[in-house]
Amino acid sequence: METIIEILKEIQPDLDCTRTDFIDGHLLDSLAILSLVAELEDAFDLMIPAVEITAENFNSVQSLLEMIERLREEE
Amino acid sequence: MVSYFTVMFAFIFLPVTILLYQLFPARKRWIVLLGASLLFFWSISGVLVIFVIASGFMLHYFGLWMENIEYEESSRKQARQKKKKVLLLAICVHIGMLLVCKYLGFFTGNINHLLSWMHLPFTLTPPAIGLPIGISFYTLQAVSYCVDVYRQKIRADHHPLRLLLFLCFFPAIMEGPISRYEQIAFSLWEGNAITYERLTFGVQRMAWGVFKKLVIADRLNPMVNEVFTHSQQYSGGMVAIAMIAYTVQLYMDFSGTMDVVIGTAEIFGVSLPENFRQPFFSKSIAEFWQRWHITLGTWFKDYVFYPVSMSSFAKKITRKVKKRLGYYYGPLVAGSLALFAVWICNGLWHGAGWHFIFFGMYHFFFILMGNMMLPLLRKYHLQWNHGFWRILAMIRTSILVCIGELFFRADGLRIGFSMFYKMVTDFHFESFSTSLWTQLHLDIQDLILVLVSLVLVFVISVFKEKKIHIRQKVAVFPIVLRWSLYYGLLFAVIVFGAYGTGYVPVDPMYASY
Repeated sequence: METIIEILKEIQPDLDCTRTDFIDGHLLDSLAILSLVAELEDAFDLMIPAVEITAENFNSVQSLLEMIERLREEE
Repeated sequence: MVSYFTVMFAFIFLPVTILLYQLFPARKRWIVLLGASLLFFWSISGVLVIFVIASGFMLHYFGLWMENIEYEESSRKQARQKKKKVLLLAICVHIGMLLVCKYLGFFTGNINHLLSWMHLPFTLTPPAIGLPIGISFYTLQAVSYCVDVYRQKIRADHHPLRLLLFLCFFPAIMEGPISRYEQIAFSLWEGNAITYERLTFGVQRMAWGVFKKLVIADRLNPMVNEVFTHSQQYSGGMVAIAMIAYTVQLYMDFSGTMDVVIGTAEIFGVSLPENFRQPFFSKSIAEFWQRWHITLGTWFKDYVFYPVSMSSFAKKITRKVKKRLGYYYGPLVAGSLALFAVWICNGLWHGAGWHFIFFGMYHFFFILMGNMMLPLLRKYHLQWNHGFWRILAMIRTSILVCIGELFFRADGLRIGFSMFYKMVTDFHFESFSTSLWTQLHLDIQDLILVLVSLVLVFVISVFKEKKIHIRQKVAVFPIVLRWSLYYGLLFAVIVFGAYGTGYVPVDPMYASY
């Protein structure tokens, strides 16, 4: 979880990582999402397909973690 | 029956459909909706209804085909490769039908220009097929269904008629919104009973839409038509006024139609997605497109922007550029390529013409500029998020939108540029003289009525922006006050609506897309 928070802070320093509406609250725009995907793929050595770009997966640190764990299991 | 704003639709077609729907047992009500939808389609497009029927059945077939591959193939990789081929075929078939019906004339026209420029003695004549109503809308719904089945976001539907109803549901067939399968397919099928609450809420929403369309959009129509048709006869000032009037007209027509569409669906217990969220409160062009025609924007984001920007090629670019230019500009390069693809598609989706492609590129340019300048604006705290600066940003965005709509409405790119040139070089205040306005069938009473109505729309928009749900507030008003408001709105439409001699209603603007 710390790694995800670190990545988020690097991409968007003013982001409140305790929020659970990164997408629904328009806190992360599409470019920030692209950056986040590239960073997560490098940090966790996995591939995030376009289908995973949903509000449910990207709304909070917790939901990002759950998506990463699921993708790792599937690989 | 050419639109939702006809006596035939409002007083015969819809009431009969509601009555039959309620009389049928719940599990058979979808038959009424499907029958009404096909009848509605046929009444506008005649035999071209065959296109949507064919789409529905092919969608069913392609969905099951992909699902069967999933069950039959033991290797996941092989299954994915086979499914990808089926998906490509499904997309090609659906987009192919759209291209043939909508763009063949545009493409052959351009090829003919090229042939004549090269002095070659050939011309191509496209076959006259005709344009089925709403083909641009239901094609996007069909593609989203196929992609979602491929991605295993949804399961393939085993009932072809449910898919057909999802494609051609009559309230949404003409102008959208572009719904996803999981948003509406099952509520269309469930046969929810029409309750008093659904009926009153639906009718209220419809009445508000009719008000916006008949009192504002249609009233501005004679003036907008005249100036755009004979723009060379008018000064730059009048062109500027017509440009603003057209933008207002387009918003009131399209959002008013959406109110009617969503209200109608609400009566049948179907929640269609919203298409507008106070677009003229946007501080940038990018934000504007998150608030205007939302379902089209999200469709392009999910099915064009992310697949392009997250392709392995785009990811390679992102990683390389990020090392040199950092976290912001890294994804911007690949994101901009994807954005370019989105706006070419968006322009072409709106129509087969160079001015529509220009319209797309115009918005692409401003979104790209906004993206490129964002780090600078953040650094120097120039984000115009509060108070006076915020209002200034809204006005700036509205002006840019109006200019874009000038090119959108003009009869071709050349006329669009000549109107824009006139507006910036020949602007003078004589355009505001009342005698000229009278020639344009817009007297002072019309102007006052439009302005007062726009103030009402603005006040309601402010409430919505502050997330105050007006209909729920009105629903708990004392009965006398509540019904006075309903009757007030009804009489406003009857008394102030622009219909009858001297008025030509606005063509349903998005119906031909």
